[in-house]
Amino acid sequence: MNIRDDFPILQRTSRSKPLVYLDNGATTQKPQKVIDTIDRYYRRHNANVHRAAHELAEEATALLEECRTKAQAFMNAAHRESVIFTRGTTEGINLVAQVIEGNIKAGQEIVISQLEHHSNIVPWQLLAQRTGAKIKAIDIDENGDLDLESASSLINENTALLAITHISNGLGAVNPVANLVEQAKQVGALTLVDGAQAVLHARIDVQAMDCDFYVFSGHKMFAPTGIGILYGRLELLNALPPWQGGGEMIDQVSIQASTYQPAPFRFEAGTPNIAGCAGLGAAIDYINGLPMDELIQKEEQLVNRALFGLKQIPGLRLIGEPNKRASVISFLLDNGHPNDVGTLLDQQGIAVRSGHHCNMPLMTRLGIPGTVRASFSLYNNEDDVDALLTGVEKAATFL
Amino acid sequence: MAQSMTVDELLETFSFFDDWEDKYRFIIDLGKDLGGLPESDKIDDNLIRGCQSQVWLTHTSDADGLTFSMDSDAHIVRGLIAVVLVIVDGRQASEIKRLDIENVFEQLDLLAHLSVTRGNGLRAMVARIKEVAAQAPP
Repeated sequence: MNIRDDFPILQRTSRSKPLVYLDNGATTQKPQKVIDTIDRYYRRHNANVHRAAHELAEEATALLEECRTKAQAFMNAAHRESVIFTRGTTEGINLVAQVIEGNIKAGQEIVISQLEHHSNIVPWQLLAQRTGAKIKAIDIDENGDLDLESASSLINENTALLAITHISNGLGAVNPVANLVEQAKQVGALTLVDGAQAVLHARIDVQAMDCDFYVFSGHKMFAPTGIGILYGRLELLNALPPWQGGGEMIDQVSIQASTYQPAPFRFEAGTPNIAGCAGLGAAIDYINGLPMDELIQKEEQLVNRALFGLKQIPGLRLIGEPNKRASVISFLLDNGHPNDVGTLLDQQGIAVRSGHHCNMPLMTRLGIPGTVRASFSLYNNEDDVDALLTGVEKAATFL
Repeated sequence: MAQSMTVDELLETFSFFDDWEDKYRFIIDLGKDLGGLPESDKIDDNLIRGCQSQVWLTHTSDADGLTFSMDSDAHIVRGLIAVVLVIVDGRQASEIKRLDIENVFEQLDLLAHLSVTRGNGLRAMVARIKEVAAQAPP
């Protein structure tokens, strides 16, 4: 099945050549249905939600709350009240880092991994500074997979929180999150899984994973930027204090004190990104209409085709060869800085990412300044892979 | 090569390029010919905080003007450094203050490399050169 035609941007050129978009780890392109939904929202339904007693407000509220129900089903959450709208993964993690402060004691440990994106590191550093907790990072092995022995020794009775990525954005490693969450549960730690790179490349099932929190961004799954989801275990959410104060999140307000709504509204102060919710709802509908297993399998075949071809290029070094890989290939050319390769590919109309990918600790651990990262999505095809291989071969002749 | 070139020669050379390949091969070659900096000068004090590529800058000042030495860990940025050096090197601080480096990059159709959207440190490097010139004794 070919879904390329659903994405109008893929028809454009870049640097006067057909666009080869392989920066899906950064953001995905948007299908016409999502674009139309956002357009229609502003043309037909725009109003503030949950308030006014008029038809437009009713329609806007329905769009927002339908998106919550769709997101609930998308990640198999038990309760729709567990679904909190955020700006994206980063805001979701920061929200959690704020509201669980009372659960963290000085001297306790927050366990992350060497693979984490800065958004799953820095909020915990800030939390550690406020609470006196310490941060420990699970090491990786030579393939770029998590070192499970390191994980087992770091997750212990002193662990307050495990915050781990589902799929590594730098290397593409798929982590055994259910197993790690189970270990953390056994020692009574809270658990957060960063799903930013996982949506579209793995089935998300928060009940099977049994994590306390799961976060992801809409824009990496065909939805607009500025909308994301935080899933939280409902009993836990309702026991946590609010994050931002304002409208929507309160029950009763007097000048001196307020009482708060339960989840999800407790964590959704202010006017939400309603158009974004409409767009995310449309993206989930679009995904639900796709033969996902078939498309994910096709994407894996493309990634393997690219890996095979890249390995034939003299002077090319793959960075990370995880046992289970999803979407992402990182590599370096001998004698070439990743930015050189990125610029030379850009000149050929090939969009990849070069640099540290917000993975500075990982790059330091690997002793490299960064990588060139090609990341695939469901609309990529063999032509994209072949263009990448030809483009990298050409770039190598410059260096 | 770059050191003996003038801005006019650079502009003329670039005017012959009719595709990106010739241009980038030339830029990368300029970078390969760049003297660069000894490892001992590639220290944090000389590092210009760009987003991704690292750029180091040192300078000396004498009666003939300011002399800059720069280096980077990326080939294309080294080549762009060579271009910047053609524009600024050996000039008096007062001249450098007045130089429109962006204009030359625009004429070379390299302006994108100086833009805020390119995190290669080049823009910060030009800002540092202007700063050095502004602080130099008149």
